[in-house]
Amino acid sequence: MTRETLLQVEGLSRFYGPLQAVRNISFEVRQGEVLGFLGPNGAGKTTTMQMLTGNLAPSQGRITVAGHDLLEAPRAAKAAIGYLPEQPPVYRDLTVDEYLDYCAALNRIERSKRRGAREAAKNKCGLTEVGRRLIGNLSKGYQQRVGIAQAIIHLPPVIILDEPTAGLDPIQIREIRHLVRELGKEHSVILSTHILPEVQSVCNHVQIINKGELVLNVSSDDLAQRMQSSVLTLRFRNTPELAAIAKLTGVRNVETAEGGSVRVYHEPSADPTEALVRLSVEQNWGLAALIPQRATLEDIFLELTREDIAHPEAARHTGAPAPLEAEHRGQA
Amino acid sequence: MILTIARHELRRLFLSPLAWIILAVVEFILAWMFLQHVESFVAIQSQLLGMNGEYGVTEVVATPLFGNAAVVLLLVVPLVSMRLVTEERRNKTLPLLFSAPLSMTEIVLGKYLGLYSFLLVQLLLIAFMPLSLLAGGGLDFGLLASSLLGLALLLAGFAAVGLFMSTLTQHQTIAAVSTFGVLLFFWLLDWARTGVGGGALPYLSLLNHTEPFLKGVFDTRDVVYHVLFVATFLALSVRRLDMDRVGG
Repeated sequence: MTRETLLQVEGLSRFYGPLQAVRNISFEVRQGEVLGFLGPNGAGKTTTMQMLTGNLAPSQGRITVAGHDLLEAPRAAKAAIGYLPEQPPVYRDLTVDEYLDYCAALNRIERSKRRGAREAAKNKCGLTEVGRRLIGNLSKGYQQRVGIAQAIIHLPPVIILDEPTAGLDPIQIREIRHLVRELGKEHSVILSTHILPEVQSVCNHVQIINKGELVLNVSSDDLAQRMQSSVLTLRFRNTPELAAIAKLTGVRNVETAEGGSVRVYHEPSADPTEALVRLSVEQNWGLAALIPQRATLEDIFLELTREDIAHPEAARHTGAPAPLEAEHRGQA
Repeated sequence: MILTIARHELRRLFLSPLAWIILAVVEFILAWMFLQHVESFVAIQSQLLGMNGEYGVTEVVATPLFGNAAVVLLLVVPLVSMRLVTEERRNKTLPLLFSAPLSMTEIVLGKYLGLYSFLLVQLLLIAFMPLSLLAGGGLDFGLLASSLLGLALLLAGFAAVGLFMSTLTQHQTIAAVSTFGVLLFFWLLDWARTGVGGGALPYLSLLNHTEPFLKGVFDTRDVVYHVLFVATFLALSVRRLDMDRVGG
């Protein structure tokens, strides 16, 4: 079964005056894909999403949604898109039901089918209990769900969610992620975030954008492969002989790290753990700890979005050290 | 689709206390004026009888009342129209409309109709006052109809200016004050009798194209003036909202 391309973006650029917020971005989203759109604040995620949903006119480039050009046939293209902006576009003085009915009407759902569409959206988003409450009185998490319900009420092939989990508590985050995964089964979902575990847990395709440019566009499988480039951290009671470790098959490099531990970089395909343990026993080094480390998405993210060491934005957002920096540079 | 938005706007207006307060206050003030006019009518009734029926209760009570209403509404319309787009912009709810399969014109017309139907409700309430005189005598329905049409056209213009001003800013007060300023300016253009423009300026005055209706004169040129006035400001609103997408 070949999966239909639902969203096609070609050479998309956007200027704000002299500032170029998005530079020549091209990508595709197929049916059933959950695309994670990743980047530090100010990277152009929101700008791109606003362009995809017709809220912002692109300076250059083409956007095709479900076969309709967004600029030439905006009505047909917009009908195929559901959008949740950063801040859910809800009217606080309406009840959930009233609001969703209005959204259904705006999206040209026939009068007789509106009720069904509203109830289905409420079911999916766990809003059945709060239909008659005022949106303004709901918690942030519920308002976010109302925002998502609004985006899916007309069952669009493409759903675009801008930071759907921002500002929610951990339980709500888990629920929203679960919801996104569910939505990904029937719709194509594009999800922007700067939270990395979110991408790992819900997306099957990952794009990283930095300073308006697309710096990485891979499937999650490829990404997992990338993250396999591995390293072992070992601690010994006695001082080991580094040269002996370096001679083991698969070992690329050995170095001592702070606290007397030893770091062994190895080929992803050849894990030297067993040989290392045997060697340690034979030589009586007194192996105390052996910690396998995988490159995390954060490492990849950090490296791709970092121009130089002192790029505070990226560092602050990921908050993680990048121990595998040299390794990645070798691979990338 | 336009009606969907219009109905939504109207409903949201009535969800806020503002709409009710405005209806009540305007009605109260105009009722006060109405009673004054009725009183003066009673005072001069005997003289009017001697004037061979040239003036009746409609001229003495309804016409000045509608004149007062025009001025009061000039003050009040900015307060109703100010939140139309500003609030959506503030609460970031505009993306809902922009990403729905709607054209900008539909959005603007929907909002405009929502506001205008509120103003027509207000007008209807005002019209009930002279109509209540039917209990005690006859009215000049031709004059009454022409006055109401004139006021309806005037309100259409007010609403269009209000909508446009609210697309310009994020702040309701700024929208209200500038709407009031523009409306008053168009009202007072009439004062420029001499000097610059040489008669062109008074011709653009809202007042000059509304007064004939209140006097019972129906002139298609005045109708066309109002229609053009409304169309101009609606077109400007569409342009302005489009700038949100294109500019930035």
